[in-house]
Amino acid sequence: MDGIKAKEIYTKLFRIRTFEERVAQLFAAGELPGFVHLYIGEEASAVGVCANLTSEDYITSTHRGHGHCIAKGGDVSRMMAELMGKRTGYNKGKGGSMHLASTEIGILGANGIVAAGMPIATGAALSAKFQKNGRVAVAFFGDGATNQGTFHEAINFASVFKLPVLYVCENNQFGVGTRITESTNIKDIALRAAAYGIPGEIVDGQDVVKVFEVSGRLIERARSGQEPALLECKTWRYHAHFEGEPDASYKSKAEEAEWETRDPIITAKRQLGLTGLLSEAEAASIEQNVRAEVEAAVEFGRRSPDPEPDDALADVFA
Amino acid sequence: MRRLSYSEAIAEAQLQEMERDERVFLMGLVLRDPYGAAFGQTKGISSKLGTDRVLDVPISENGYVGAGVGAAVTGMRPVVELQFSDFITIAMDQIVQQAANMRYMFGGQIRVPMVLRAPTGAYLSAAGQHSHSIESWFAFIPGIKVVLPSDAYDAKGLLISAIREDNFVLYLEHKKLYDKKMEVPEESYTIPLGKAAVRREGTDITIVAWSFMVSKALEAAATLERKGISVEVIDLRTVSPLDEDTILSSVEKTGKLLVLQETYRHCSVATDVSALVAEKGFYLLDTPIKLVTAKDVPIPFAPILENHVLPQTEGVVAEVEGLISEAKGA
Repeated sequence: MDGIKAKEIYTKLFRIRTFEERVAQLFAAGELPGFVHLYIGEEASAVGVCANLTSEDYITSTHRGHGHCIAKGGDVSRMMAELMGKRTGYNKGKGGSMHLASTEIGILGANGIVAAGMPIATGAALSAKFQKNGRVAVAFFGDGATNQGTFHEAINFASVFKLPVLYVCENNQFGVGTRITESTNIKDIALRAAAYGIPGEIVDGQDVVKVFEVSGRLIERARSGQEPALLECKTWRYHAHFEGEPDASYKSKAEEAEWETRDPIITAKRQLGLTGLLSEAEAASIEQNVRAEVEAAVEFGRRSPDPEPDDALADVFA
Repeated sequence: MRRLSYSEAIAEAQLQEMERDERVFLMGLVLRDPYGAAFGQTKGISSKLGTDRVLDVPISENGYVGAGVGAAVTGMRPVVELQFSDFITIAMDQIVQQAANMRYMFGGQIRVPMVLRAPTGAYLSAAGQHSHSIESWFAFIPGIKVVLPSDAYDAKGLLISAIREDNFVLYLEHKKLYDKKMEVPEESYTIPLGKAAVRREGTDITIVAWSFMVSKALEAAATLERKGISVEVIDLRTVSPLDEDTILSSVEKTGKLLVLQETYRHCSVATDVSALVAEKGFYLLDTPIKLVTAKDVPIPFAPILENHVLPQTEGVVAEVEGLISEAKGA
């Protein structure tokens, strides 16, 4: 990692955190229709992985997808406009938070169906293999997703056809409100890789430098050797499953406090500072710029026009 | 001209499109030679073109149909096969929630140029899990086109069109038609999606049918002609989108409509056609619309039971005669 990459990484971490906290406020104030599922606390996973990807590589995301979109290069103004249901949003107001997409930069969609992105990412990797264009696909999914049939089918398919895809499990310990120990009979998701004869690795999902290094190695392996792998990021979400969840007491205060001592943003700032890749002044400057950028995004969203009613009839077929 | 069977025509359509466009590839169970798919629908392709673009996949419908969706939105043109159309239920999420939704949900950012083909239908003692007609389930969903060829000539032309279509097409082949031969041109040709065909001209009554039921409608029409009744047979070819003009023009000519559908009545293409004519062709009708459909039970195994549950040519003849005498009596 060099200074440029470090600044890019810190910028994206801070951008996700700032964006999500602002979204939480807007949602509580009733400004956003529908539902939002916030990524606060998991930033290092998306940022560390996507820092190894180009805009031509593909990702599939989840219902908790704002972090992946930002990490992959998404524009916060177009994201905010989409969350507000405006015409200027990435999806022209037709998708909202759970279906955010910018296929131009390889974001094949956030997805409201648990594990449904996994076969799609597998197909994108198949596509890359056919076209010999050196691209890779990354499927992001949670611990809950690993019990869906599509987890099994997608990884098996990739292992048989030797596809350039990395499966990234963000194990935040909960599937909605069910603790993973109550839904899954094994402790580490990465163990499941053995069932498909592919590498399975575990990384501290709150440490962006480690995520960057481990995922970088696996992505390079996929890109050059065309082989899939499974990476489990042990992480934690600060908020509830969705904003407005009636009762999040399934998480204990003690657990929350422990995880917050390893906050990914604070950790990154300290580590990158210690290794001389990010000075305090540089960090402060990034933070100031990102705050302004997110405020500008809110302004952009608010000022943007609603879709025309007849826009609802377009874009079914090409 | 040489004669090809329906399954040979389907294989030829895929082969020719694969030769023409290297983005076209196949995925399904046992598609490679020597098997060539369960009913021979891909026979000869891997022998001629190699196996790179003919993938034999693990039995995992949701997974491999989903992989097809992912490939379709990233520059390829997959033709994915389900071994029996009944298995589509296993892949419902990737079809309905992903493929059918994606272009719209993403505000038009991508297209989904994918064909999902499958053998469909009954009349061969395949019993409850291998005999469904599924076209109505998907005609219902925005974002999916549904095509059913009734003979080998149509099978080739419609499949070529489906492969060239930039949207998700469900292409349903009837199992009873696979070995039916007819003259099929060697060159590549297209038949437009969304356009019905007048298979037989007539003046007394319109029968609207599709897929295997077109054969039964034509048999009934031949019998009825000997009884002095002139039947016009419309083959829908595509049930979604529906060719409203051809249906209404025919009803305008004959004043009577019988819709012949292999499968259950409730919430089906047949009731859809009926609603269309009731809404837009009310004043064209001399008699009420008649529907001939399957009885509302899972498809039974024993031939005597299956035949009782499904439409038969004799039944169609009787219904038409009934309508004609009703018209005369009125």
